[in-house]
Amino acid sequence: MPIRHHMTDALLLAYSAGQLSEAFNLVVAAHLSMCDECRAQAGAFDAVGGAMLEHAPASEMGGGSLAQTMARIAAAPATPRAAAPRRGLLPGPVRDYVGGDLDAVRWRPVGMGVRQAILPTAPGAKARLLHIPAGQAVPDHGHRGMELTLVLRGAFRDATDRFAPGDVEIAAEDLEHTPVAEAGEDCLCLAATDAPLRFTALLPRMLQPLFRI
Amino acid sequence: MFDAPTDDMTAPWHARPVPPAPWAAVRRSGGASAVKDGTAETDWAAQVALVRDNRDSAAFARIFRHFAPRVKGFLMKSGASAALAEECAQDVMATLWTKAHLFDPARASVSTWIFTIARNRRIDALRKARRPEPEDLPWGPEPAPDQADTMAMQQDTDRLGRALTALPPKQRALIERAYFGDLSHTEIAAETGLPLGTIKSRIRLALDRLRHQMT
Repeated sequence: MPIRHHMTDALLLAYSAGQLSEAFNLVVAAHLSMCDECRAQAGAFDAVGGAMLEHAPASEMGGGSLAQTMARIAAAPATPRAAAPRRGLLPGPVRDYVGGDLDAVRWRPVGMGVRQAILPTAPGAKARLLHIPAGQAVPDHGHRGMELTLVLRGAFRDATDRFAPGDVEIAAEDLEHTPVAEAGEDCLCLAATDAPLRFTALLPRMLQPLFRI
Repeated sequence: MFDAPTDDMTAPWHARPVPPAPWAAVRRSGGASAVKDGTAETDWAAQVALVRDNRDSAAFARIFRHFAPRVKGFLMKSGASAALAEECAQDVMATLWTKAHLFDPARASVSTWIFTIARNRRIDALRKARRPEPEDLPWGPEPAPDQADTMAMQQDTDRLGRALTALPPKQRALIERAYFGDLSHTEIAAETGLPLGTIKSRIRLALDRLRHQMT
């Protein structure tokens, strides 16, 4: 199935320029692991960075800097030749943050059968894995900031469209949505938010601090 | 671009549609240096290959002299002090040596590769955050990418650099602010006014080839 929902150019440029928070970087890196179209576009934005570097104002290096760098190299441990990349159920960058594959995820229940695992990223934005049982709805919520949701397995639908593996939903501040996992297969997502979610119902709102949603 | 008369590319992806490239004829100059606009330009990818294969410190010194001051300038423009920028620039150049075997000249020019190392070092040093990267793609049976691909990537990046300097100053300043870390991601406009289609298509072909080898 081809990926239908891609990253925007603005997000890819920000990723390439290094302007995203770590949590958003992680979702973009996971999407690029699944989507060569966006990976090539991110590579093009990297090339802008390369051209920028080539034209950057040169700043003279300190005396003896080359010798110091050679000493650093001599002291550095040998980097092994890259082994053939290991394939997994989770994209490589997500495995790095989980510390293993899907079976190593430390899930916590957040109610209604939905489970989440918050991934250890720098403060400012949060990245989490979400496991939504087939047919189950995630509580109706809005956002104070932006939410990026990448489907890893299964699929979900909301009022806007259907999202399958590799698809990313970019929800801005104004979107109130109730994602529902499709029947038949549990849905696994990687989501990043730069502000706490805003739940419309009272109960999830009370649980929010407890579950750090 | 792959239907130039001198093209000897026979790989299965040659039939894929790619935008026409009127400059294709100058692509195959090959060798250790390419002549462009009447001036000899160093083939940086060949220099990196010398570092990778022969631990050639003279080649490394050439790369260092050209790129280290630019990396330092880039980091200082991004808000690093001179001391931190010097420290990080040395680190970036040392990474180039230790990771030379990971450089894929079919997917990035040397300046682009060094930019990505410097950018990641900046995120690490100034923001104390990690930088997640996409999953690695495997190397194919041929360790050395096609020389023509390497040259073409270098020339595309050079062309991009010239397009960058030719932009109206206001627009160019906006792109610089984005890359030097002066804009938040919500302020970044994706419309650069730069010709990115050619490079994107070229990287896409290289990725297709790697994916093809995975199956």
